[in-house]
Amino acid sequence: MNPEIFHSVLLDEGKCKGCTHCIRRCPTEAIRVKRGKARIDEDRCIDCGECIRTCPNHAKYGQTDSLERLKEYPYTIALPAPAFYAQFKGNMSIGKILSGLLELGFHEVFEVARGAEILAEEVEKHLRRRDISRPVISSACPAVVRLIEVQFPSLIEHLLPLDSPMAVSAKIARIGAMQRGFRPEEIGVFFITPCPAKVMEVRRSGGEIERVNGAISVSSIYPRLISIIDSLPETTEFQLASWKGIGWARSGGEQESLGEGEYMAVDGIHHVISVFEKIEMGELKNVTYCEAQACVGGCIGGVFAVQNPFIAKVNVNYLLKKYCNYRPLDTEKAREWKRDAVFRRENLYEARDVMKLDTDYRKAIEKYQMIEKFLEKLPALDCGACGSPTCRALAEDVVRGKAQEIDCPFLLREKLLEISKDIFDLASRVPQAMSEEGGTKKGEGQ
Amino acid sequence: MSGEQPFIEIKRSIAGGDFAIAGNISSETKTILQQTGLPPVFIRRVVIACYEAEMNVVIHAYRGTFTTQIYSDRILVVVDDEGPGIPDVSLAFQEGYSTAPPHIREMGFGAGYGLSNMKKCSNQIAVDTRVGEGTRVTMVFYLNSSP
Repeated sequence: MNPEIFHSVLLDEGKCKGCTHCIRRCPTEAIRVKRGKARIDEDRCIDCGECIRTCPNHAKYGQTDSLERLKEYPYTIALPAPAFYAQFKGNMSIGKILSGLLELGFHEVFEVARGAEILAEEVEKHLRRRDISRPVISSACPAVVRLIEVQFPSLIEHLLPLDSPMAVSAKIARIGAMQRGFRPEEIGVFFITPCPAKVMEVRRSGGEIERVNGAISVSSIYPRLISIIDSLPETTEFQLASWKGIGWARSGGEQESLGEGEYMAVDGIHHVISVFEKIEMGELKNVTYCEAQACVGGCIGGVFAVQNPFIAKVNVNYLLKKYCNYRPLDTEKAREWKRDAVFRRENLYEARDVMKLDTDYRKAIEKYQMIEKFLEKLPALDCGACGSPTCRALAEDVVRGKAQEIDCPFLLREKLLEISKDIFDLASRVPQAMSEEGGTKKGEGQ
Repeated sequence: MSGEQPFIEIKRSIAGGDFAIAGNISSETKTILQQTGLPPVFIRRVVIACYEAEMNVVIHAYRGTFTTQIYSDRILVVVDDEGPGIPDVSLAFQEGYSTAPPHIREMGFGAGYGLSNMKKCSNQIAVDTRVGEGTRVTMVFYLNSSP
């Protein structure tokens, strides 16, 4: 499979009834219903998971890995997302959660919350640079990054040119294991993910130290831990993260870890889009850093989370108080990480021209004119019955050759009415042999 | 060039003081330009200038019309308003100069970079204004050019 077009959000055809809930909710208009099933346009999909959330038949799902995959590697490392901690009651200690992961078969745990703290110091340094386009937009949420590549290509220069906390954690953990004598192919790094977008990021991770071998959902691990966790001992060996990184579990955590400054946080993909539109128009230049997350509430709102995001937020608040002591970074280590380029973004941002109607300017304009013309015929109800999310989207699909005019049930009805009038007229004609003046309609010649 | 018909013309009206939908016309313009496949950097400067022009009408004027014309080599934007007009145009072009009242500034608008920003983003700009009657701003953006 081409990792470039890998998507985590998939459709269970057996469950899809061909209703139109998902097409209306998709922020990039990536879904169409065709031949009774929802089809996802891979170029437009940003793996945000909105369709998974909205599907009444649970036909959309996020593809993840099972714990079975741990067997493929002699040495496995778990990378729990900060949002994973938030699934447990606030008085649960992180040491026990990490013990639980070891109990499931992992040999080591590296907290992504710690990776976030390490990254935060680099973000702070970056924000002090004079040559940045303000506001700098966080690169932590892969759905947001993809949204920019697909729909806001002019904002690519605003994206933080550093890797995500998960990728930074993976690199640090992998380097550590290699220093302890493991060969790269012996190490299996697995991210415990709250969302399908992160699965996409994992699948697209490169083949060197940045490799993440799999993504296991929070929702598949949680039930296996919850029954045993109380009886487990506290692991202190791998517990390094504090409030500074744990807070990244929910919206606002990134800016809190950055110290003083003009920051903002926006969550929920549709809100993110409205803020990005303003940034594109030149607003928010006085803001240095924009934390943007596709899910409402931030990562705790991911579709693989088991806990209600508002309750998860309460759990996070407990943890922030409990782990209030930040452990400063070992400066020697920090220098090594920098040397090993653990912060450098491996997958460079790339504009994806999915919006344009044609590569040729004149042809694109002609197509736009056709869309406008066809749009006048459509009822402007945006009912979705044609399988496209809006009347405009249908007009675009027709011009792009992906749909037909009569996919619109209103146009179809008009067409049928026309045809039936013709049929009525034809049926009303009296055969020449029977009429007095030949070929006239009944009544006309009388 | 005169008499040349635009490929696409979009005419919209703007209501002064209607902040709830302010920016919608600029957003629509952006979508059209994206569909025609113009480079993101070019689109960005057109959109920033359009937004400034649209906001000027919302903040200062009673009502206005916003016309975008797309030609083979350029985009032409004409924003016409019925409003107070600008008493000193050269002063209005200075960075930071603003006549926006405090309640507008409180909303984060009216920082006084409107006209100077529009000048920076466009290739040509003309301001025709009559005090007490209104203002017409005309901007030209040449494709394959930088401002």
